[in-house]
Formats: sequence, C-alpha cells, structure tokens
Amino acid sequence: MTNDTAQPVTNEKARIGAPGQAIVGMNEEGENLSTDNVSTEQHGAKAHSHGGGAGVSDSSRAGRLTSYNLSDFPALTGREEDWRFTPLNRLAGLHTDELTGPAPTVQVEKPDAVRVETVGRDDARIGVAAIPDDRVSASAWASFKEATVVTIPSELEVDSEITVTLTGAGMDPAASHVLIQAEKFSRSVVVLDHRGSAVVAENVEMDIQDGAQLTVVSIQDWDDETVHASAQQAKIGRDAKLKHVIVSLGGDVVRVTPSSRFAGPGGDVEMFGLYFADAGQHFEQRLFVDHAVPNCKSRVSYKGALQGQDARTVWVGDVLIRKEAEGTDTYEVNRNLVLSDGARADSVPNLEIETGLIEGAGHASTTGRFDDEQLFYLQSRGIPEDVARRLVVRGFLNEIIQQIRVPALEERLQAAVERELEAGDY
Amino acid sequence: MSTLEIRDLHVSIETEQGTKQILKGVNLTVNTGETHAIMGPNGSGKSTLASTIAGHPRYNVDSGSITLDGDDVLAMTVDQRARAGLFLAMQYPVEVPGVTMTNFLRTAKTAIDGEAPKLRTWTKDVKAAMAQLRIEEDFASRNVNEGFSGGEKKRIEILQMELFKPRFAILDETDSGLDVDALKVVSEGVNRAQGAGNMGTLLITHYTRILRYIKPDFVHVFIDGRVAEEGGPELADRLEDEGYDRFDASDAVTA
Ligand SMILES: Nc1ncnc2c1ncn2[C@@H]1O[C@H](COP(=O)(O)OP(=O)(O)OP(=O)(O)O)[C@@H](O)[C@H]1O
Ligand SMILES: [Mg+2]
Repeated sequence: MTNDTAQPVTNEKARIGAPGQAIVGMNEEGENLSTDNVSTEQHGAKAHSHGGGAGVSDSSRAGRLTSYNLSDFPALTGREEDWRFTPLNRLAGLHTDELTGPAPTVQVEKPDAVRVETVGRDDARIGVAAIPDDRVSASAWASFKEATVVTIPSELEVDSEITVTLTGAGMDPAASHVLIQAEKFSRSVVVLDHRGSAVVAENVEMDIQDGAQLTVVSIQDWDDETVHASAQQAKIGRDAKLKHVIVSLGGDVVRVTPSSRFAGPGGDVEMFGLYFADAGQHFEQRLFVDHAVPNCKSRVSYKGALQGQDARTVWVGDVLIRKEAEGTDTYEVNRNLVLSDGARADSVPNLEIETGLIEGAGHASTTGRFDDEQLFYLQSRGIPEDVARRLVVRGFLNEIIQQIRVPALEERLQAAVERELEAGDY
Repeated sequence: MSTLEIRDLHVSIETEQGTKQILKGVNLTVNTGETHAIMGPNGSGKSTLASTIAGHPRYNVDSGSITLDGDDVLAMTVDQRARAGLFLAMQYPVEVPGVTMTNFLRTAKTAIDGEAPKLRTWTKDVKAAMAQLRIEEDFASRNVNEGFSGGEKKRIEILQMELFKPRFAILDETDSGLDVDALKVVSEGVNRAQGAGNMGTLLITHYTRILRYIKPDFVHVFIDGRVAEEGGPELADRLEDEGYDRFDASDAVTA
C-alpha cells in the first residue's frame, strides 16, 4: 500500500519550525502559542479537509492538523482516519471529558548525573519537541498540571538505565506530561514503566539533540481496566540517534502514537514495538516517521501476538519522505501472529514519497496465523503441540525483545510473554 | 530388531476439486539395518507416503495400516510418532522464524529422549555432527531453516537424523538440490547412521545418483500411488538406463 501523493503539500516547512518556537508564546493555560504556527497548521489541514473526518484512508500525513490548542480539534466522531479503529466508547471519557483526575505518580531511578525535575506548565522547555496532532493529545496538553523533565547533560554517557515509573492514580480521566531531553552527544537509556489503574492521556516529548544517542523503552504493563492514550513525539537532531521501543502488555485500551521527526541531516531512528493482546484487549499503535531533512535513516519493526476472543490490535505506520529529504533510507515492517480464533489484527503500512532521490524505501506487513506447517515440522521432531506453540511465539516476539539490549528488561519482558502464554487457553 | 510395516495403505486428500486418491494400496516392510530405496516419477505419491507415515494432517488414511513393531502408528499424534522413533527428512523443510537452531535441537532432543541431554556432551555432539556435515558453526544461532539454501536445509535435516537417532528414517528427496560434494557429505551422514546398525532407512528419490553413495538393499518402484515393481539394487541400474517409461501408469492402476 504505497500512497501516491499527488496532492500538493504546502506548509511542511512552516510546520517543521513550529514546536520550538511555539513554547515562547504559550500562556499559563497552555492554550495559546505563536499564532503563526497554529494558523499555518490550520491552513495545512484545510488543504486536505476533504480527507478529514470522512474516514478517507489516503489523505496525506503531511496535512494532519497539529496544534497546542484543544479547540482547534473538532470533537471526535470515530470516522476520522486516525480514530477509525479506536473504540471511542471504551475511551472512558479521554476524548470528551476534562482531564482533571490525579495524574499517575512518578518515581525515578537514575544515576546522579542525570537531572530530573518536576516543572509547571510554564517551563520554557515544554513543547520543545512535540506538538499535539490529535484531539486527545491536545486535551492532555491543555490539562496537565506538572511535567516531569529528564535531562541527560551534554556528553554524559550513562551506563545504567534511567527508569521512570508512572503508576496510575485512579480511574478519573487524567493528563500526564514527560519530557526527555538528551543533550548533545549524550548517551542514555530511559525506561517509561506504566503500571496500575488509570484513565490517562499522556504526552511524551523526546528531544534528541545533535549527536546524542537515546533509547526510550515505553512499557504499558497496566492493570486490566486501564485506558491509556500516549503520544510520544521525538525531535531528532543532526547526527542524533533514537531507538524507541514500545511494549504493550496490559490494559483495556492502549493507544500509542509514536512519531519521529528529523530536524537535522544524518539522523537515525529505530522504532520497535511489541504487543500481546489477550481476549477483549484493544492495543493500537500508530507511528509516524517524518523525513523532513536529507540523509536520515529510519527502521521500523513492530510485532504483535493476539490470542483470545476479541483480542484486537491495530498498527498503522505512516512514513513520509518530503521533497527535501533526499538520501532518505527507510524501511518499516509489521508482523502479527494470530494464535486463536476471534482475534483480529489490522496492519496498515503507509509510505508517502515526494522525492525520487532516496537511498531506499520499503515496507512489509504480514498477519499470519500460527502456521500449520511450522507446527507440523516441530511436532515431527517430537515436540508436543503446546511446547511447539510456545517455542514459536517466544521466538517471534524475542526478535523484538532482543533489540532492547537492557538485560534486566529483556528478562522481565520474556517473563511477561511467558505469563501471557500461560494465560492462553490453548 | 524393529519393523515398520505398511499394509494396503490408501490415502486421499481434499482438494478444491474434491477428494483425490493418491495412495492406492501400498505394501512395504522395512526392518532396522535395511535400506530401501523408493523411486518413482513426479507426482507418483512418494512424498504422500512419507508425510502420511509422519502424520501430516492433510492426508486422510482411508484404509490400510502402518505399524511399528505391531504398534498402531496411525493412532499416534505427530509428536508421538517422532518419539516412537520415526524421523522424516522433508523434501521441503519448513522455516521457523524466531526459533534458533540451538534451541530447536535441544528442545526436540529433550522431547524425543524424555529428558534433557547433558549440556556439555550435547554441545560437543552438535558441534561434531555439524562439522562432519560441513555446516558452518554460525548456523547454530540462526533461526530454523530461515534463509538457508536448499542444500543447507537438506544437511540440517540429516544433522537432526544423526542427533535424534531414530529407528526409522524416511528421507524424502534429500538428494535433490545438492551438488556432488554436498551429496557425498550427506550420504556419508546417512551411512554413518545406518552403519550403527539400529536404523532402517526409506530413501525416497527421483534419481539414481544418490544410490552410488548409499547402497540400497531393496528398490521399490512407485507408480501412481502404489509399488509397481520391487527388486534388489540391480533394479536401480535398470531404471538408470531405461527411466520410468516402461511403467505405464494405466497398467499400474488396473493391476
Ligand atoms: N496438498 C495437495 N494439494 C493438491 N494435490 C496434492 C497435494 N499434495 C499432493 N498432491 C498431489 O498428489 C500427487 C502425489 O504427490 P506427491 O507429492 O506425493 O508426489 P511425489 O511422488 O512426491 O512427487 P515429486 O517427485 O514431485 O516429489 C500429485 O498428483 C500431487 O499433485
Ligand atoms: Mg515428493
């Protein structure tokens, strides 16, 4: 499914500069920002308004409305392209209510040299790397009271990971904000560990400055009833490198929308995802890679397993190679493994290419049932059916787990996959 | 000594066009220590016989029997058959992404023996067997058959045969896709396993080439789902000269 972008994209340059400058104009309520940017964005959106709200699948990602202002986003109907797979009736008010509930509590484990601050909405750094591009994200932006800012100082290389544990503080719809700032030439691993019960909309900003290398692992290991919408936006500087991993294991509805925007040439992003949906769970991941400058590289690999009645996963991978992004090298792949009847995985790779002068661009998407031939092969070697299934699922997901390269985390996730498998009713 | 006995086996499959008879009364007795070659033209049902012995669910046994020392093989699940000592080297080995060879071999060996192999000797055995089959060491850390060439997959099948030590090995066109060097290496593997004296071999092949390296005690010519002619090794030589043309499929059907 390659989208041919015949539609002219008008305002991308204006948009690229937006978030950084926008902060300056943001007031206490966070509703306003540099009006130029907002109006530019709105024009951008209008240029494609025939695609908005009608559930048309091929409207260009370049035209998506972005704004810090909640009122710029119309109320959701569920027919919008970016909401069409989401069960709004299960969002527990995240898209309609004011997000005034208590935010998840934040606990940080870190080496001394890393700075962690709790700051107010008016902190100048808020918005340095992100601008909401959907209504729930904008609502969280309008509502959060305090943000957690993690700063990895310039040139610091951190051996052990920095763990930010976010524990749900109840089922009143809440907003949460995290900013990770990896200063120039720093090297670090940040784990966002989401636990407990919550109805929460979250914005995570990742500012990866020139030459920095940052790994962010966001684990959604929520209790069963949790509803979580998380926009995780990265701005990747010149020659900077981000490895972004999301792992969704627990919760009722978990919708993660990671995006990577290159702000300087030579940037490199790897985006990994692992999700394992059980009966009734809805796990959605919609990612965006914005190749806005030349000579950047992106690799996206998401894998999901599903088991049980009405286990549901959605993966949408938007990759946009803008006209000026010559020398881009990108590949995205999503693989799903359906382990039982009654489960459903949607997978929509979406590659838009506006220049022919690229290194490479490709995508792959497969949704397979656990294959009878694989099962036969393993059984014909004496391995009983249940052991064979585990071997395959474990192997399937391990390809992603192995990418994390944080031993303690790998062990924890392997154990979590085992638990999911044991819970399965084969 | 063990005996694998196939009696009047009729097998069909369901296709979109309806039920299709493939095996039409196969009789075959293999004892440990013996090597039987099954030769026949494309589509005559050789792989069907092999897969049916292994228990592939696609194949329906309409009548007849398969027994191993009198035990009803058809009543066993696929994995039970393997644990009872049957091994099928597949014509088209399956890729299993995400499962490393090391993990796979150990899991299978544990299942077949009913206990985990001693780690030290097992690792040594695997290494030695790989070296003998000229399989690069790094294959151990790769996923089962994933991205392996046709010839590499065949060597991996023989590797498993040597490590699992079955009572009966069914080799389905293990020779196809191998160059001469690989053919020799693989044949040596089969001869080593056979030479230990506790294994019977059913060697399925289309060509006589491999029979220069693996000497069969018996040759069965398979035509249209049944054995049309049987003999000693000399029958293979005749096939080499004459091909399968003298076997008219329609004769076999009415026989
Ligand atoms: N899954 C299937 N669907 C349809 N037809 C099948 C299937 N499996 C086997 N057949 C048919 O059954 C017959 C026997 O096939 P089989 O693979 O057993 O032959 P073979 O002797 O092993 O041939 P080859 O030498 O090409 O390996 C052929 O006509 C084949 O087309
Ligand atoms: Mg065959």
